[in-house]
Amino acid sequence: MYRYVIKRLLFLIPTIFGVTFIIYAIMSITPGDPGRAILGVNAPQADVDAYNKMLGYDLPFIQKYFNYMKNMIVHRDFGVSYFTKQSVFNEVLPRFMLTIRLALIGVGLATLMGVPLGIDAAVNQYSLRDTIPSLMAFFIAAIPGFVLGMVLLYIFALKLNLLPSYGIGSVQHYIMPALAISIPPAAQNMRFTKSSMLEAIRQDYVRTARAKGAPERTVIWKHALRNALLPVVTQIGMSLGLLIAGTVVVEKLFSIPGIGSLIVDRIAFKDEPVIIAGTILISVAFTVVMLFVDIAYAYIDPRIKAKYTRK
Amino acid sequence: MEMVNEKSNELILEIKDLKVIYKTDLETVEAINDIELKIYKGKTLGLVGETGAGKTTTALSILRLLPSNTGRILKGQINFNGHNLLDYDESMMQAVRGNLISMVFQDPMTSLNPVFPVGEQIAEAIRLHNTEIDEEEVQRRVDDTLSLVGILPSRKVEYPHQFSGGMKQRVVIAMALCLEPQLLIADEPTTALDVTIQAQVLAMISDLRNRLGTSMLMITHDLGIVAQTCDDVAVMYAGEIIESGTVRDIFLGEQHHPYTVGLFNSIPDLKSKAKRLKPIPGLMPDPTNLPKGCKFAERCEHKMPICIEQRPNVTTFGTHIIRCHLFG
Amino acid sequence: MEKNAILQNESNMKYKRPSQYKEIFRRFRKSKGAMIGLITFTLVLVILLCAEFIVPYESAISQNFDQLLAKPSKEHLFGTDNFGRDVFARILYGGKTSLSIALLATITSCIFGSIIGALAGYFGGKVDQLIMRSLDIFMSVPDILFTMAVVLALGANFINLIIALTLAYFTNYVRLVRSQVLNLSEQDYVEAAKAGGSGNIRIILSHILPNAMGVIIVNLTLNIAKIIIYQSTLSFLGLGMPPPKPEWGLMLSEAREYMRTAPHLLFFPAGAIVLCATSINLIGDGLRDALDPHLKS
Repeated sequence: MYRYVIKRLLFLIPTIFGVTFIIYAIMSITPGDPGRAILGVNAPQADVDAYNKMLGYDLPFIQKYFNYMKNMIVHRDFGVSYFTKQSVFNEVLPRFMLTIRLALIGVGLATLMGVPLGIDAAVNQYSLRDTIPSLMAFFIAAIPGFVLGMVLLYIFALKLNLLPSYGIGSVQHYIMPALAISIPPAAQNMRFTKSSMLEAIRQDYVRTARAKGAPERTVIWKHALRNALLPVVTQIGMSLGLLIAGTVVVEKLFSIPGIGSLIVDRIAFKDEPVIIAGTILISVAFTVVMLFVDIAYAYIDPRIKAKYTRK
Repeated sequence: MEMVNEKSNELILEIKDLKVIYKTDLETVEAINDIELKIYKGKTLGLVGETGAGKTTTALSILRLLPSNTGRILKGQINFNGHNLLDYDESMMQAVRGNLISMVFQDPMTSLNPVFPVGEQIAEAIRLHNTEIDEEEVQRRVDDTLSLVGILPSRKVEYPHQFSGGMKQRVVIAMALCLEPQLLIADEPTTALDVTIQAQVLAMISDLRNRLGTSMLMITHDLGIVAQTCDDVAVMYAGEIIESGTVRDIFLGEQHHPYTVGLFNSIPDLKSKAKRLKPIPGLMPDPTNLPKGCKFAERCEHKMPICIEQRPNVTTFGTHIIRCHLFG
Repeated sequence: MEKNAILQNESNMKYKRPSQYKEIFRRFRKSKGAMIGLITFTLVLVILLCAEFIVPYESAISQNFDQLLAKPSKEHLFGTDNFGRDVFARILYGGKTSLSIALLATITSCIFGSIIGALAGYFGGKVDQLIMRSLDIFMSVPDILFTMAVVLALGANFINLIIALTLAYFTNYVRLVRSQVLNLSEQDYVEAAKAGGSGNIRIILSHILPNAMGVIIVNLTLNIAKIIIYQSTLSFLGLGMPPPKPEWGLMLSEAREYMRTAPHLLFFPAGAIVLCATSINLIGDGLRDALDPHLKS
């Protein structure tokens, strides 16, 4: 088991190298430069060039890539922002933590809302407890996240004046962003859990349980559910990974200083150190989450566990 | 072993006038049409027929395990030790299932829950019907049951996927017999297994049955298994019992329903010089649209005009019963 | 004599092979939801195609400073925005752009992803490993960032947006087609075809693809809705077609400041997106049920 985990963690290394390379490559073919962006449209070209030289921006991208990797690995130095001249690490980390917090809240809520509704819908198929949540989930799937956020803003902030419309600081500040970020995956969780549960109920071992004389309650909640939840766990884990990257829109909408909006803002300035550090953090977080999901799955499904533990 | 006087045998299960349908939005499937079955205490009744004849439906009806949204028992009686099971409500049926009447299904690969250890699955059956006994006793019984079917008790913590097909089926049988039910329903228990394993499992079932005195309903399409394990036989076709009797009546008797004759002729015989198999031509009638007369008439070489018009009545020759106009 | 009898028998059997597609279409037609979706979406398409006949393009971009933020009226069906532009016209023309980008991007991402997936699945081994590992690295870059970078690098115009969206969505199909190919490769009839001497490409084209087609088409349809939504998100972030070209996401972004007093700026573009996505999802679900009725219990 440990061998498997180590192998997966080792894959992080080529991932980091690969991601950094891709970003530097993209930055190098993208128009614009920090000097121009910071000094402005009217600044003389000479000044811009000098500025870029000072930042070290004008070096060929392979060299920038090597320097960056070297600094990161050997000196654990993530460099300095082209834009703010602050330590990248200090700038990026708190924003990253905020995004993680938001993503975790989002996934937590999405699971708490979606999974029970899905089970309920499967067990009471074709009744109202099935058709109403299913219909709602269906419509929610057609609403983009930012539209949902805007509607929430409209209702709760503008019309009812109940919640603050931007920033963070108090619990109220988190409510709308959390809802905006959790409702779409909640709808997905509900549909997925329902179909997984329906699939499990159809299985032969459920029939065996009934033939043993088990009450229907036990058949559903012990025998079927345990099997149905396996793929649901994977689904939830994956959505967490996606969510970490996908908070950008909500951050922009509610003016939350997270990592997504930081990266997006800095792209225009070609602030490579920040962009790369941010992207690496997100990619690593994503990979780690997927690894956790696989390990968790191996733990709860004895068939998979057997594959990874040797007798 | 033969009883001197069949009449002194007690009936453990008797089915009368049973009619079962499956009803969906699109169509109605007439699965079982007025059947009678008798299973005697301590004996094995073999229920033979092609796929789709209604054998599994019969078994599921006894335990009331038909799919709840489509299966309907329209009429009839299923008398178990004199009590009509169709009068029982769900909680009473739960007390019966696994405890008084057990069932073993066809496919061992999927009958066991993959996420629980096998010992736990057997223990569950024990606990369900014995709420007072303590855990130690439960585990002891699990061990005993596993030994009975030839599995090391130490393997009770293992998961189903760690067992081979034959061993899985033994676990299933262990689960079915751990509470020493009065009636065991085995629905093609060895069809999914290799021939050699098949022999082992059948021998084990017979042995257990003799030891525990369990009555059995053995559902199969294999006449060889019937000869090996059954005392009585009923032949089922298109939801009807078209012939029944003791195993002697069916295998050695003089007269038979044409379908039974066809069944026996379809078995390849090593010694025969025939070059081709002799299957019964045609197919079973569409259960959503059954003919009104004899259901076998279309495929029967002895077809007469009355066969198409009228459903045949039963003719009784002692223990041997045939439903056919040829004898009526 | 006997031969005639046999031939006679065969024609008596009335051996009809119902076209598979007819059967699928029949099942599709039975589903009310799917038909509603189909009709709605067709209506939408027709209206968008006839946009020029309904409102001139100028209404979408010409600014009327005396009619800012007007509520819906007979003159301006959906009202006007903060530049005095007719919202109805902007929705129509924005829809044309959004939907054409979405449809084209769906097709290209499907073709691109399917080819890669088929190659990975069919050849297996090192080729498969290489492709899937690269895909993993590729997928760990968050797709918003990646798309942004591509759009910035190439500039925001019609073709580039399609390229960007293709790159964002092709991975869907790679996994899907690969698993289909893996499943189907192991089926007996493929073995039989190989034993019969069919070449690799022929096997892929004539045996594997037709069977995978069903799943691919369902996913493709559902992805159209996803791409419409993703694309509106992009234009919301400023990465869509540059103004003054109207686009639903862009309209929503511009609406943010004026929501309190002019909610129609929020609800009409939002409604358009939801209407399109919902009707496409209905079609997609209908297709899925039509292709495999066993999925409904």
